Amino acid sequence: MSGNVIRFPARLAGAEPDPPQPSSARSPRTTAPGPSGAFPVAPPGRRFLSLHLPRFAVERRIARLARRGSLLQATTPLALLAEGTHGPVVHATNPAAEAEGVHAGMRAVDARALCPALRMEEADPRGDAEALGDLALWCRRWCPWTAVDGTGIMMDATGSAHLRGGEAALLEEVEARLARLGLNARLALAPTRGAAWALARFGGARERCAPKDLPARMAPLPVRALRIGDGTALLLRRLGLGTVGDLAAVPRLSLARRFARAEPAENPLLRLDQMMGRLAEPLHCPDDPPCFLARAVLSEPVEDPTPLLPALSDQLCTMLGARGFGARRIALTIFRSDGTVARAEAATARATRDPAHLARLFDGRLDNLDPGFGFDLLTLGATVAEPLPERQPALDGRRDEGEDLAKLVDRLSARFGPRALLRPAFHESHVPERREVPVPALGPAPPVPPPAAGRPLRLFDPPEEVRVVYAVPEGPPAQFVWRRVTHRVTRFAGPERIAPEWWRDRPGTRLRDYYRVEDHEGRRYWLYREGLPDDGRGGNPRWFMQGSFG
Amino acid sequence: MSCADPSPDPIPDRTPTLCEVFAATATDGAATGFVLAQLGPGRGPVLWVQDRVSRREGGQPYATGLASLRGRPVEVLYLEVGRAKDVLWAMEEALGCAALAAVIGEVWGDPPALDFTATKRLALRAERGGVQAWLLRRAATADLSAARERWRLGSLPSPPAPDDARAPGSPIWRAELFRARGQVPGEWVAQHDPSRGLALRHHAPLAEPRRAAG
Repeated sequence: MSGNVIRFPARLAGAEPDPPQPSSARSPRTTAPGPSGAFPVAPPGRRFLSLHLPRFAVERRIARLARRGSLLQATTPLALLAEGTHGPVVHATNPAAEAEGVHAGMRAVDARALCPALRMEEADPRGDAEALGDLALWCRRWCPWTAVDGTGIMMDATGSAHLRGGEAALLEEVEARLARLGLNARLALAPTRGAAWALARFGGARERCAPKDLPARMAPLPVRALRIGDGTALLLRRLGLGTVGDLAAVPRLSLARRFARAEPAENPLLRLDQMMGRLAEPLHCPDDPPCFLARAVLSEPVEDPTPLLPALSDQLCTMLGARGFGARRIALTIFRSDGTVARAEAATARATRDPAHLARLFDGRLDNLDPGFGFDLLTLGATVAEPLPERQPALDGRRDEGEDLAKLVDRLSARFGPRALLRPAFHESHVPERREVPVPALGPAPPVPPPAAGRPLRLFDPPEEVRVVYAVPEGPPAQFVWRRVTHRVTRFAGPERIAPEWWRDRPGTRLRDYYRVEDHEGRRYWLYREGLPDDGRGGNPRWFMQGSFG
Repeated sequence: MSCADPSPDPIPDRTPTLCEVFAATATDGAATGFVLAQLGPGRGPVLWVQDRVSRREGGQPYATGLASLRGRPVEVLYLEVGRAKDVLWAMEEALGCAALAAVIGEVWGDPPALDFTATKRLALRAERGGVQAWLLRRAATADLSAARERWRLGSLPSPPAPDDARAPGSPIWRAELFRARGQVPGEWVAQHDPSRGLALRHHAPLAEPRRAAG
């Protein structure tokens, strides 16, 4: 009964979903829209610029190596490796490596066998994707609509070319600017996204295609230029359709039938329509990242920035609040009247837009900024911001203690540096100094070390060697000198043997036998003997002081 | 030593204030244990500020060991700074933050920055903020200070462990309260008691016998 109630209105509205159909006679409704069908037609007169970066990953790595001071010769074969199912696989190569026969997708061992001089580095696909996103934003210098498009960048350059002196000049400028960044780019300008993509990869250098030449220019391109996967391209080639022109000559209806069940991205007919402008394909561009920068322009140079800070901080927090963001890292930049720039930075443990708190992070840190003849411009910017929704504090007016703590962490880290305020992070290890590793408190809270029996309250790092005055064969020394004080051992417990971690330590590391000892004055220490007398890893064992107990 | 009956606790739940603890020798862990035993059940991290010399000479706090004395994990924030002045600045800043369980500062020697005014500021801030402050001093002389309690701590030879006569037993300390506001000074044998925190046993009353002798 309830089924009837649901089905009737649906039928009346004509929105019944297609039932599984034995014949594909009705399917062209969704897969093969004609120029006058229900689908929007591409607006005329658009110009898309496709940017193909065939060696982006490798070029990025070469630039990074150069920044670190190791210049790579162009003749050195280089391959970036990614983890494959059966060991490392070549992810990207430079032309020198390609000349040696190394290509992407090959196993690393095979590549090494082909070319023994091959230099191998680990690939960073996530970093590459981030860098490509940044590059797409950087490309907004030429036109406002840019987005990452697979492994390249797509720009909607409609109406932007004349600003650079025409389309040819625009293409030349883009290529030159990218070359200055060390990036080898192939560009094409065409009336549709699909055509621009195809020409950038399969066309000539800096190719431009006018709307009226579109069908003729596309016809000789291989079917892979349709942005379809290798599987579909292979299928088309087996059907005898080698070029876009061959495909366009096939009647629409039979193509639609053949690929009725294909994914939209793999559907050659859909891709062909997009390429030829029969089907709209808008560019989805990410928003510009928000920029939070408050500035104070002064009519006369002043020497002390401190009085200006509260107002700047207020201004910045208003900006952050309007967009629902909080600052994680802020930078105060001071532009001196003689042209030099000074900068102070501070980070926060959690996103905040509390003006008083942000201003306090610079307490005592502006004294050593040399004002020279004074400065006339001051900016306070949030260099890293995170979404921070409005929250209602507790109704009883209590303050949020976690927030208080985060603010304290910020102030202490800003004053003494982020490496001064630390939290111990627990690691599974028996070696005492590896069991807890200090990490900056500004980061996320690490696991707290759990209790373990027989561990000292304080650790001397590094352990200090003690001089044994009176050794006994078993157990700790009966008397030892540490920091020029003689200690006589009255009680001890042990040994507790901690073996070296062979998977981390270098070969030849000696084991440690730990003893809890108490000296004649009741002071309790943690001593260890490094090695055994005849373990073949050095001379006589040495004794070290590592901690003190309560 | 003659262990008399447990004395009435000289520190019934102390309202947060500034206490100063002098270590008998630089490497003695007694002062650390004494402070740690009195941390209280409060949640939240402990801020541990050390100047550079204290860290080198006295060692850095080891959270695993702190946790094994307390019997539960202890959250610690370490701050290592260069000078005593910075220790005092950081302590003062932190005492306003009620989310902390305690603030422990370690100062080496007698720096000029640590004068009566500085200790008074710390004491007032601790009382207003409601956070217990401990000032751990090593190689220091006990001159003028506004700390509400001033202790001198040293280790005592421990009783034998119950199952191994050679091994050191549970640690005991000699705790001397030599100046306090509203309390009678004295000297005790102190010990960490997992249920109560700190257990003090009367050892030798300090004030009267000395006065009688002098």
